[in-house]
Amino acid sequence: MVATTGSHDVMRTADGVPLRIKLRRAERMRKVWAIALVAPLFVFLVVGFILPIISLLSLSVEDPDLTSGFPRTAELFQEWDGEGFPPPEAMTTFAEELSIADRGQFGRAAKRLNYDISGFKSMVKKTARKSEELALLPPDQIHDGFIKIDKDWSDPAYWYAIKNASDYYTDYYLLWSLDLQRDKEREIVSVSPDRAIYVDVLLRTIEISFAVTLLCFLLGLPIAYLLATLPTRISNLLLILVLLPFWTSLLVRTTSWLVLLQNEGLINDMALWMGLWNEPQELIRNRFGVYVAMVHILLPFMVLPMYSVMKTINPWHMRAAASLGAPGWKAFLKVYFPQCMPGVAAGTLLVFILSLGYYITPALVGGPGDQMTSYWIVQNMGRTANWGLGAALSVVLLLLTIVMFFIYNRFVGVDRLKVN
Amino acid sequence: MTDSTHRPDHGSNEPQVRFENVQKTYDGEVLVVKDLNLAIEKGEFLTLLGPSGSGKTTTLMMLAGFESTTHGDIVLNGRSLRLVPPHKRDIGMVFQNYALFPHMTVYENLEFPLQCHKVEKSSREKKIADALAMVELTGFERRRPAQLSGGQQQRVALARALVFEPQIVLMDEPLGALDKKLREQMQIEMKHIHQNVGLTFVYVTHDQSEALTMSDRIAVFDDGVIQQLDAPEELYERPKNAFVAQFIGENNRLKGRITELTEGLCLVELPSGHTIRALPVNVTEVGQETTLSLRPEVVVVGATENDGCDDVFTAVVQEQIYMGDHTRVRMEVFGHDDFVVKVPRGAGLGGLEPGQEIGIGWRSGDCRALDAA
Ligand SMILES: Nc1ncnc2c1ncn2[C@@H]1O[C@H](COP(=O)(O)OP(=O)(O)O)[C@@H](O)[C@H]1O
Ligand SMILES: [Mg+2]
Repeated sequence: MVATTGSHDVMRTADGVPLRIKLRRAERMRKVWAIALVAPLFVFLVVGFILPIISLLSLSVEDPDLTSGFPRTAELFQEWDGEGFPPPEAMTTFAEELSIADRGQFGRAAKRLNYDISGFKSMVKKTARKSEELALLPPDQIHDGFIKIDKDWSDPAYWYAIKNASDYYTDYYLLWSLDLQRDKEREIVSVSPDRAIYVDVLLRTIEISFAVTLLCFLLGLPIAYLLATLPTRISNLLLILVLLPFWTSLLVRTTSWLVLLQNEGLINDMALWMGLWNEPQELIRNRFGVYVAMVHILLPFMVLPMYSVMKTINPWHMRAAASLGAPGWKAFLKVYFPQCMPGVAAGTLLVFILSLGYYITPALVGGPGDQMTSYWIVQNMGRTANWGLGAALSVVLLLLTIVMFFIYNRFVGVDRLKVN
Repeated sequence: MTDSTHRPDHGSNEPQVRFENVQKTYDGEVLVVKDLNLAIEKGEFLTLLGPSGSGKTTTLMMLAGFESTTHGDIVLNGRSLRLVPPHKRDIGMVFQNYALFPHMTVYENLEFPLQCHKVEKSSREKKIADALAMVELTGFERRRPAQLSGGQQQRVALARALVFEPQIVLMDEPLGALDKKLREQMQIEMKHIHQNVGLTFVYVTHDQSEALTMSDRIAVFDDGVIQQLDAPEELYERPKNAFVAQFIGENNRLKGRITELTEGLCLVELPSGHTIRALPVNVTEVGQETTLSLRPEVVVVGATENDGCDDVFTAVVQEQIYMGDHTRVRMEVFGHDDFVVKVPRGAGLGGLEPGQEIGIGWRSGDCRALDAA
């Protein structure tokens, strides 16, 4: 080191501020700027994405209908071991809270109890009308009082259903969304076959997504290849055709398929006229219609990533392969296609995940047997207002998506999605 | 203007490749290659040299099979290539951008042509090792192209084109992307490799010094026509027309008119009134316009009448540029101020000053009277 006088021990800028401090100040300014720039997006993500997911997750494990409207009843039923009948004071409390519950509280609780045993709702209603007198009965007569109103109260299953709804935190809805329930011993068992629909729906969702992805891939590959290899003038035109669907609303595109594919639609009319078939074919409200419409709508999501990757592939590679003795198919399989993998991976992942959550298209062009999980989410969240089940189905769908993503990552590698 | 009489005689056999009256148009309007006749001998290093757009790549692509001929035929070993697809032509190729397969290692890149040619698995390893040794890349088998420098990628591309022992190796400006030093080194190496493997190399470049360094013969292309096909010395020392003279090497061009023409000598009158003795190359009659071509290095600076020069004139020094091993001197003479001469270091002419008058001279055989173009 060159000897320096004291004042030069610290490197300073021309205005005498130590270099280190100056640097830190400059960096701090940069950081503040960077944070300011990402802050809006961050807030948006939190409000629009993370908070809804958290609330969804919590909705799926909450069972508030009885616990908030009938808090003391819920508490007492929770303490009951579930054997035989609940203690008389639990019944009395139930009768008391029935008599003071407002319409909303009562309605929600009755609906919740009806999930377990259908017909329970009207039974609770009937009981509520006489609940004031019921609450005044001495403990040794209270059960008989209930039975007098409705003889089903002598069935322990009804009392157990109340207990079942008395935990604020529950796996009831999550189990339900997988066609499972807990029996009296708290063991997880399948629900009765006539109630089991959601596993089928889930498998169907996977099946449809898989088929749509495969179809999109098979149709998209040649399109992307053409786009990437044709002269720019023609490929730009083609690209516009591929992008055109993006500029049209999803609903319009789906309904136009409805118009095209219906019995009196264009396709059937044409086919009849050309003599392809003799009577109108069912092209809609079945799986065929779902595949046609979904593939049409999702195809750009497959084509664009593949195209963007293919465009970066050196077109001389195919010639190089030929000069090295490879016939066209071999050059394509061994040289071209492996280089497309990042695009194929991105495209298939995108289409698959979008398919998993598809709602409006299957709802419009599919039959009852073609509805996917999101249809049932909408059903439960909207029409029947079963928020817990709707949320639980959403959670299952979300988990399925995440699982698919990881399986995919395992086999294809998400780091290969990078387009360089 | 195509010349097939000057090709070196490698025996009386049929040449390996023959272009027969080949024409090519892409758009149906412009002929990119015009009536090409070219014979390529087995084992030679032939370079197609010409400015950009002169049709060199097109010619190469037609030979490789990636472009069709609009007219005429290409014959390989006596067999027309018209219906032979590229992958069956047995012609290796090195592309300007190397076209190495990025998803394969160096080893896999070299194995690919062997696979395609159904080479036994057992002998692949040795062939690959030999090819890599030839380009001095032993030990790079496991690397991917992205992990190699430009020069190394170029070598891999060369090794890949050679490893399956094709009949011919085509190269389209393979050194174009390398820096000057590496390029010059690769030129020498490529020439050695050519000598070692004994395959036919057809090489495309627009760099005349590259062509002169490596080739057995050079075909100078311009505007879809071979202007001259000759060995490098021949081409440099005896260009047949003004284009070749100007494209290869440096060249002082003087326009003039023939006033006298005899066997081996002509007199040319310049617009400035001077008359110069020159070697008639492609002039045929008195009164014809001509371009005189004088290489800078044949001009003797400080010449006097009795220096063995046939012509001596007085020139005015304009500018000197020091180039290390020689000095370029720009002079004014015959009414042109861009007459360039080269003075070798050690010629004892250190102190030329701008404005100084000095004698310049040359032998009339070194001053070539070419076409007027
Ligand atoms: N694929 C093509 N389509 C149309 N014109 C082309 C094509 N390739 C080359 N050309 C034209 O042909 C001429 C010769 O090109 P090229 O053979 O590449 O010349 P070089 O290799 O000598 O630079 C150029 O004018 C070029 O514009
Ligand atoms: Mg070229």
